[in-house]
Amino acid sequence: MELLKHAAYEKRAPDPAALLAAIPFCRHMGISATVVQGALTLVMPYQPLLIGNPVLPALHGGAIGAFLETAAIAQVAWELGGTELPKTIDISIDYLRTGRAVESSASARIAKRGRRVVNVHAELWQEDVAKPVASLRGHFLLAS
Amino acid sequence: MANDPNELFFAARMGGTAFILSLGGEILEIGGGKSRMRLPYAPQLVGDPDTGVVHGGVITAMLDQTCGVAVASALKEIMPFATLDLRIDYMKPAKPRTDIFVEAECLKVTHEVAFTRGIAYQTARDEPIALSTGAFMLIRDRDSKPAA
Repeated sequence: MELLKHAAYEKRAPDPAALLAAIPFCRHMGISATVVQGALTLVMPYQPLLIGNPVLPALHGGAIGAFLETAAIAQVAWELGGTELPKTIDISIDYLRTGRAVESSASARIAKRGRRVVNVHAELWQEDVAKPVASLRGHFLLAS
Repeated sequence: MANDPNELFFAARMGGTAFILSLGGEILEIGGGKSRMRLPYAPQLVGDPDTGVVHGGVITAMLDQTCGVAVASALKEIMPFATLDLRIDYMKPAKPRTDIFVEAECLKVTHEVAFTRGIAYQTARDEPIALSTGAFMLIRDRDSKPAA
């Protein structure tokens, strides 16, 4: 991606907010990014299109999964740089609590960095960071 | 009973969830614990603006939805359910400007849990872009909600 190439050329971390704003699907889901005390957190405000169960109501499992995957990819791109986005090899999502119709946050950490593959853990929470709504483990391929 | 919450949940799961409608996903076939859906390519689905390849989360959402529809079609009575876990292997990137098809099968329904398998592909079913395995929690007591 142009934005990643510029950051890599200038030997700095890419701006995560600009990165998400450049990805159409992240704009569709309303995902934004903030860096607080050196840690990247993604925020997804509630909007009706994220609903999967209108009776509770609850967020769609796919919206939760897509947000977690975005958090993992953004963490790798921000922390490791590179000129292309990392590619998802596999992900495993555990749904721990109902995703309610409120704002969601997510953060990720690189559990293991290999030469070509990184193992990433991500968590999604709503009002209470100590009560995760869902978690993700995944492997991502770094651009060669 | 049009206002029965379980029936409302089922109606939504059978293709009408707001999130899947926002992506443009549509159900092609349902029945006997199986389902097939189609997702036409659309600009808002793109995850890499350089290549036009759709975001992995789009595939995740379609696999989750299609597996859920398969569960709904396998149940003998109408009840809500929620995704317990979902594992997805991405075999290759989706081709830009090409429809995505997703098929799912509910392999087993126990008293509490339904087990599913899903496949996403584009032009040929034997060249999948992603495979999934997922479990869904059945919520039999209408007054009980998943633990908060």
